[in-house]
Amino acid sequence: MTKKRKNDILLILSLFLLVVTAALAFSLFGKRGDVVIVTQNGEVIAEYPLSENLKTDIISEQGKINTLVIENKMAYISYADCPDKICVSHRKISREGELIVCLPHKLTVGIEASEK
Amino acid sequence: MPNKKTKIAYLGLLTALAMVLSYLELLIPPIFTAVPGIKMGLANIVIVFGLYCFGFRYALAISLVRVFAVSLLFSNVMIMTYSLAGALLSLLIMWALKKTDRFSYVGVSVGGGVAHNLGQIIVAIFVLKTIEIGYYMIVLTATGAIAGILVGLVSALLIKKVAVKIK
Repeated sequence: MTKKRKNDILLILSLFLLVVTAALAFSLFGKRGDVVIVTQNGEVIAEYPLSENLKTDIISEQGKINTLVIENKMAYISYADCPDKICVSHRKISREGELIVCLPHKLTVGIEASEK
Repeated sequence: MPNKKTKIAYLGLLTALAMVLSYLELLIPPIFTAVPGIKMGLANIVIVFGLYCFGFRYALAISLVRVFAVSLLFSNVMIMTYSLAGALLSLLIMWALKKTDRFSYVGVSVGGGVAHNLGQIIVAIFVLKTIEIGYYMIVLTATGAIAGILVGLVSALLIKKVAVKIK
């Protein structure tokens, strides 16, 4: 029993270590991106520069709406007509690789760097 | 070990319980909405219980019926794909961890919790065709582990107190 408990704790600790390392690596090495990439059904439907303020409605083929806002070099979704509103409550994104997802509308809004 | 008829009766009971717990969880507003998929996984208490008291096949049956019934009754087919992937991967990992006989209920259920989230993320990667969504896994590993600890503790208690009465 105690041996098992020890293994349990080891398992949990190693998982958390993994999380902390990944999170640290992401925040340390994550560069600021400068392009906002919008995809729907896996296809890129729009690109916007992160440097310009913008407010636009992204309307899917089924007529579903997400409102994308770019403000002070941060992108976020200000409105969505989906039931869960998870994308709306997602924090503002600006780093390369960050992503806002709207599962019901199969929409993603991600940040990328334009120059290599 | 109870006979087959008794086992089937318990199976029905446990499946119903798992469904109720899933429904209950739908009623709780999300604590932290920034990342989708953060859940307690209350139904997993029943799955862990089933796995230990009746074995893998019975736990699989409970899990599958729960996913189908809950998806049809309370959400939609789209969500079912996610639930199914999560539930199957979770059960598979828990079964494997249990088989090694190196972890207690808590370790097994932590593996299940994290695997559940992993399964859903894998489906999301395919559905959205975006590998970057894997970045959610950082947060979901932590929350899955925490949920797994709690679920494991409750399951351990139940298996010790209730399982002895199942005859």
